[in-house]
Amino acid sequence: MSMVVVRLVLSRIAIAILTLGFVSVAVFVGTEILPGDVAEAILGQGATPEAVAGLRAALHLDQPAHIRYFLWLGGLLSGDPGRSLVNNLPVAELIASRLPNSLMLAAVTAVVCVPIALTLGILSAVWRGSLFDRAANFLTTSIVAVPEFLIATLAVIVFAVRLRWFPALSYAAGIISLDQFFRLFALPVFTLSCVLTAWMMRMTRAAMIDTLRSSYVEMAVLKGARPMRVVLTHALPNTIGPIANAVALSLSYLLGGAIIVEIVFNYPGLARLLVDAVSTRDMPLVQACVMIFCSAYLYLLMLADIAGILSNPRLRHR
Amino acid sequence: MNSDPRIKETKDVELFRNDAQCVGEAFRRGATRREVINRLIAAGMSVAAAGTVASFAETAHAQTARRGGRIKVALSQTSTADTLDPARGLNPTDQSRHFMFYNGLTVLDETLSPQLALAEEITPSDRATMWHVKLRRDVRFHDGSPLTSADVVYSLRRHKDPAVGSGARSLAEPIQEITATGAHELRIRLSEPNADLPALLGLTGFLIVKDGTTDFRTANGTGPYKCAEFRPGVRSIAVRNNEYFKPSKPHLDEIELFGIADEPARVNALLSGDVHMINNVNPRSAQRIISTPNVSLFETKGGAYIDLVIRLDRAPGSNPDFVLAVKHMFNREQIRRAVYRNYAVIGNDQPIDPTNRFFDPTLPQRPYDPERARFHLQRSGFANQTFPIVVSPAAGNSEEMAQLLQQTALQIGCNFNLQRVPADGYWSNHWMKHPIGFGGTNGKPTADIQFSILFKSGAPYNESGWANERFDRLLVQARSETDDAKRREMYAEMQRLVHEGSGCCIPVFASNLDAHVRQLKGLVPIPTGGMMGYNFAENIWLDQ
Repeated sequence: MSMVVVRLVLSRIAIAILTLGFVSVAVFVGTEILPGDVAEAILGQGATPEAVAGLRAALHLDQPAHIRYFLWLGGLLSGDPGRSLVNNLPVAELIASRLPNSLMLAAVTAVVCVPIALTLGILSAVWRGSLFDRAANFLTTSIVAVPEFLIATLAVIVFAVRLRWFPALSYAAGIISLDQFFRLFALPVFTLSCVLTAWMMRMTRAAMIDTLRSSYVEMAVLKGARPMRVVLTHALPNTIGPIANAVALSLSYLLGGAIIVEIVFNYPGLARLLVDAVSTRDMPLVQACVMIFCSAYLYLLMLADIAGILSNPRLRHR
Repeated sequence: MNSDPRIKETKDVELFRNDAQCVGEAFRRGATRREVINRLIAAGMSVAAAGTVASFAETAHAQTARRGGRIKVALSQTSTADTLDPARGLNPTDQSRHFMFYNGLTVLDETLSPQLALAEEITPSDRATMWHVKLRRDVRFHDGSPLTSADVVYSLRRHKDPAVGSGARSLAEPIQEITATGAHELRIRLSEPNADLPALLGLTGFLIVKDGTTDFRTANGTGPYKCAEFRPGVRSIAVRNNEYFKPSKPHLDEIELFGIADEPARVNALLSGDVHMINNVNPRSAQRIISTPNVSLFETKGGAYIDLVIRLDRAPGSNPDFVLAVKHMFNREQIRRAVYRNYAVIGNDQPIDPTNRFFDPTLPQRPYDPERARFHLQRSGFANQTFPIVVSPAAGNSEEMAQLLQQTALQIGCNFNLQRVPADGYWSNHWMKHPIGFGGTNGKPTADIQFSILFKSGAPYNESGWANERFDRLLVQARSETDDAKRREMYAEMQRLVHEGSGCCIPVFASNLDAHVRQLKGLVPIPTGGMMGYNFAENIWLDQ
């Protein structure tokens, strides 16, 4: 069993390194293709040709593209992701100030979403076709269809502006009390949960139904096992693989894709950092953000696969 | 009983109070003392009495400022490009921040006249080519070091270095030489006479930093607040500078400034009580703000505009009849009402707005006249053809204006085809690069800057590529002219030349809309931009 996992981890790490290399080239080429560069972004409407040329030289942007790429790559391999071109702060420092925020938001949302989604998903699979199943399906499909920005804005108008239960903005620096923490995170987590819960629930339901239709579950039922036992000990271990994958995808989305929530609630996370970096053509910062998103994605998927293997009775007992 | 002198006296006092109240209101709206006095005299008050009421209201208005309080301000722009370097501040967020931490040699007041700030005296010689500046001696930087001429020389010279990436580089171009002539005295030599130098020195780009500063992770200025925290793209915290050289200022203890880019989110944050002030309110949200108790809308009329730019150096703009046709197609009244919800002033295809002292009201307003437009279109030979207009969210409201134009054009046999391009990179990749597109500018502090940057032949931002020798000659003459009456005449002629010849169609001047909680006091409009030309920090106070 452990050999399987070790082999999987090793091959995954090798593939991850290749993928990251490929992504960094793609991102670099992409930012090069984008019209305008960081010098023009800094100078804005004051970008006369000679001012741009002067600033480009000062920022070493006048070197050929491949040389700039390898300079950045060399820096990264020696552990230095470089400095931001627009504000000259170390990229590591900028990331360090945002990454904990993103992780915190993702963690809180996951803690809220995952249990709800899994319970709902399993229950509606077990009682598929019932009124509960249809109601849950109808509700989740409707919520998934509503764009996030609408949910966020409506939530703010109702709960922050009208009722004044929660603040409209979710950023607080320093140490805060548990009560404050709850109030600050309530609306963004609610918004993110709306989309994620629905999505994870449907994935869980599909995976569960698939397993419940298999012959060994039928066997268990014929043996006379109670429904609870059928679901929890016979079906669930076999569905952990696909469910873990769905959860992993959701979590990686939370880390880098919460851009709308970050903007509406003014929450300083990584997604906004990446959008800023792209709009100012700040290549080292774009690269660093993308590398983090990409590694997190690969890492979470790997965890999901390991969880799938460990929980799969057939692989476990080999 | 009316003969009882006591009753009469009470009545007079009552009247006096009402007058003072409404005059105080006028001051808050930004009327100058002279305007208020004139208004009162026009209302039938004797000159002496008018003076008394005006000063009464002025002191009442000033005296009520209360010390203390912390506020949160959310502005529309923020990113990792946020900077504490005054030379690089391009947007209202940065500029507001710079006015908290730094001072200029001068500062612009409600009429855009320069008032002395760090300078104690600025005197021209040599027909405004040589300027002598004397600095105040009682000013200290936040690190405790005194302000000297070396700091000013360093701050002004920086703009010449391309590595600084200064946005004020072209404005600093005429400054030839800056020499310290004493510890608190310096001399500025210009390449040509410029009577507006004191106004120029009041712009955010020319705020004074400490000699030798290259690291702008924090701000070491002379300003009303000290920088307690600055994180680009997140927020800054400004705390009161107790050693500020202006007595009794600033009023607040702390200002937290951050950005909320999304307009509805910004408005919601104000309405929910999470922030005390926001800027860049969409005219469509104005009603929502007005109808909410405890918050106020703050309108600043000024010279900001979004204009349709027809390049004159290529077809179809190279044909003057085509340009005139388009200029007559603009239903300015409709644009003001429908697009700007009346938070705008009708424009006349020239860039000097009515708040500017050199605005010429005698220039006839170009009307909305489809018949004339049709006539010019026929004569241009471009009738029944299709032309693309490039619109973008970067040039606010350009799409709405273009749609109105499109409808008018259709009726007279001209097809406009709207090409939407993203806001990202608009100013470097699309602005001035298409035969017909949209451009724009925020309010400029002087007519000279407005004309020099945007209309002088060959100027980098001459949007339509317009060239006029007479205009260029007048521009230089007016710059060195110190007689206001003669200057006014020259600027009037220049306004007429632009109105007739340039390819810029300026339908309206858009007001800046800000909003704040009602307890926030002390704001007066300064036409260079919203929130007192972004210099609100040292002037506002909280009434609790």
